[in-house]
Amino acid sequence: MSKIPNELKYTASHEWLREDDGTVTIGITDNAQSLLGDLVFVDLPEVGAQLTAGGDAGVVESVKAASDIYSPVTGEVVEVNEALNDSPEQINRDPYGEGWLFRLKLSDNTELDKLLDAKAYTAQVEEGESH
Amino acid sequence: MLQKTPLYQQHIAAGAKCVDFFGWEMPLHYGSQLEEHHFVRRDAGVFDVSHMTGVDITGADAEDYLRFILANDVGRLRTPGRALYSCLLTEAGGILDDLIVYYLAPEHYRIIFNSATRLRVLAWVKLQKKGFDVTTKACEGQAILAVQGPQAIAKVTQILPDCAEQINALRPFHSLQHNNWLIARTGYTGEDGVEIMLPASDAADFWEALLSKGVKPCGLGARDTLRLEAGLNLSGTDMDENTTPLESNLAWTIAWQPEDREFIGRWALQTEREGGVKKKLVGILLDGKGVLRDGQKIFFADGDEGEITSGGFSPTLGKGIGFARVPLPLSQACEVELRAGRRQAVQLVKVPFVRNGQTVFEPLVMQLKEDEEKK
Repeated sequence: MSKIPNELKYTASHEWLREDDGTVTIGITDNAQSLLGDLVFVDLPEVGAQLTAGGDAGVVESVKAASDIYSPVTGEVVEVNEALNDSPEQINRDPYGEGWLFRLKLSDNTELDKLLDAKAYTAQVEEGESH
Repeated sequence: MLQKTPLYQQHIAAGAKCVDFFGWEMPLHYGSQLEEHHFVRRDAGVFDVSHMTGVDITGADAEDYLRFILANDVGRLRTPGRALYSCLLTEAGGILDDLIVYYLAPEHYRIIFNSATRLRVLAWVKLQKKGFDVTTKACEGQAILAVQGPQAIAKVTQILPDCAEQINALRPFHSLQHNNWLIARTGYTGEDGVEIMLPASDAADFWEALLSKGVKPCGLGARDTLRLEAGLNLSGTDMDENTTPLESNLAWTIAWQPEDREFIGRWALQTEREGGVKKKLVGILLDGKGVLRDGQKIFFADGDEGEITSGGFSPTLGKGIGFARVPLPLSQACEVELRAGRRQAVQLVKVPFVRNGQTVFEPLVMQLKEDEEKK
């Protein structure tokens, strides 16, 4: 069973989001990295780019498949995890820690309310596993 | 209900993530297929390949029969113990499957082939027996383990001291039999190692012994990237009934001599060769970021198109690699369509990409020049 930390928010497309003081950190979930298998490349957005909720934010590619990353919320990219360019396996090893993808300055706090909580995301993962 | 190998419990205990592989529940990886890949290149890994099928061929006509059904010539196997890689062809020269044939004893051979084509090949070998004094019998109750990597032989011989000397002396494509075990210096990774067919009842103990010597369990994921780097085709993916050995980088496996050996598919291959082969299976390398995938299209500057038969990521090179079937004559400049609308330059190369842990590939243009000089 994959890890789904309680304090994070989630999307149906398997991104997670952590709030710290006006900025949010975004990555892919443990369940997503496990389904993808070993990650070998990441394409991250540029610092300064404006992302919109549900819009393209990048691509992660594993031995098995390429997968689009969607931004869970609208905002400006303030930092990206450059270390992933050389060590994409950090996402497999530590998806909620060293495997983070990028940070955004939030445009609209109310968008956070539309995301899934841990319970709702867990239910979605379990639903997926039963198929 | 999926079939399980005699080592299924061992796989689960080792943390395997299993997938349905042509009706068999097989380990894809035990955590990280990349780590398993590197481990085989640097040390030693073990693969359970018990899903493959063995068929024993016995009888007074065993040799004649195999010389008729195989494109390579078992007449070249002069002494028991030797083995040979061959394609099994249709009349039209298409590849039913590839296999290794072992010469076990006078009038006794064994072929080991893939699980994907099991029923088709079993029916085929039966059908072709007509007129030959041979018996074909599928091996039952066996397991097959491939132990591969630079340390594979050292570790296997520690576990089997009784025949350590014989194993050390085995040359590639030679085998020995010891207590109902068939031990062959063959593999599918581009590294040194052995493939061992043993009674299912011995498999778990041998597996545990390998693990206790530090041999790492490896799954189908690493098996695929290792064989890709090693330039070895996957039957059913890189070649099938609609492609011939001449179009699959396997011309070397066709034994044209002696001229008077009739084998299934010979006439079709001869016709194809005389008319000029139209397609070729080549290695491709992506210089930029990305992973090549099966089915992606290759576009040449002159308008020709090819297709990737096997694409993947090379852990050794850190790049996307693959095989593609491309039309002849070749022009060098080409691009792959990674995703709709996104094209990137690729290099055509002569495989293998990696052998015995070393990067060895060459640009294909050199090979084409060599071929030209040979003419």
